[in-house]
Amino acid sequence: MEPLSDSIHIYLTIAALLFGMGFYGMLHRRTLIGMLISAELILSGASLNFMAFNKFLAPDPTVGQIFTLFIMGIAAAEAAIALSIIIAVYRNYRSIDTEDVTSLKG
Amino acid sequence: MIDLFSAAGLSELVFLGIVIVTITGAVIATNSVRLIHSVTGLSICFIGVAGLYYYLNSPFVAMMEMLIYVGAVCVVIVFAVMLADPNPEQTAHKQNALAGAGAFLVGAMMFWGLSTLAYDTTWPSAAKTNNGSIMEIGKSLLTSCSMVFELISVVLLVAIIGSIIVARTGRESARRKE
Repeated sequence: MEPLSDSIHIYLTIAALLFGMGFYGMLHRRTLIGMLISAELILSGASLNFMAFNKFLAPDPTVGQIFTLFIMGIAAAEAAIALSIIIAVYRNYRSIDTEDVTSLKG
Repeated sequence: MIDLFSAAGLSELVFLGIVIVTITGAVIATNSVRLIHSVTGLSICFIGVAGLYYYLNSPFVAMMEMLIYVGAVCVVIVFAVMLADPNPEQTAHKQNALAGAGAFLVGAMMFWGLSTLAYDTTWPSAAKTNNGSIMEIGKSLLTSCSMVFELISVVLLVAIIGSIIVARTGRESARRKE
């Protein structure tokens, strides 16, 4: 029997699970920080997928690692900007609930 | 069946532990009511993902995962939770039960679709041109990926300056309002 940590399917399943849970959290969370946490889960699912393909399928195994490093950089930039927007929203509305930020609603 | 008391069996056991840590962290991150518990779950999940990267022959990326996600992103989110002070009792009553079920359905369908796709496809494997060590990553970053490397440093610089400006500008008007 092939060892479990040596098949591509288990990694792809975990990545799909992280992606699905991130999607679920994104839809049912009501606070902006909760949605940001779910977005980080989605991104880590995507990078796990890249790393699995990198180990098992890619001819050049540095490409996937470099792509994952760039995803990390983009995720860090995204977290910094999203958190500064959340702090600005909190300062103006005294709330980080998505239902309360409705100034543009007709 | 693999012998449990050999090196390969021990490695499998550790792998299963890492998988359980990852999934538990993700469950805590999406389902806890208080945001600070959710951030803790996120960091547990990232520790598990770093372990998975280690099993995927990339100790460098595993270290970066610990450093950037567990060490920086989670701490920044904790700062935001402390600054914005969310109140779970206030937000809980607005939760619609149907929305939660629908979100769960969509997430479960995403997971089901992606994992059946992973199992139904026959994945072709290719011959490796190098061993994917840190040295090869460094060479690749300075030759074929050097443009992307420069671009991401510009993106990070713009993101840092932009977040400082966005977080600063509202301060005076908010103080006048009080």
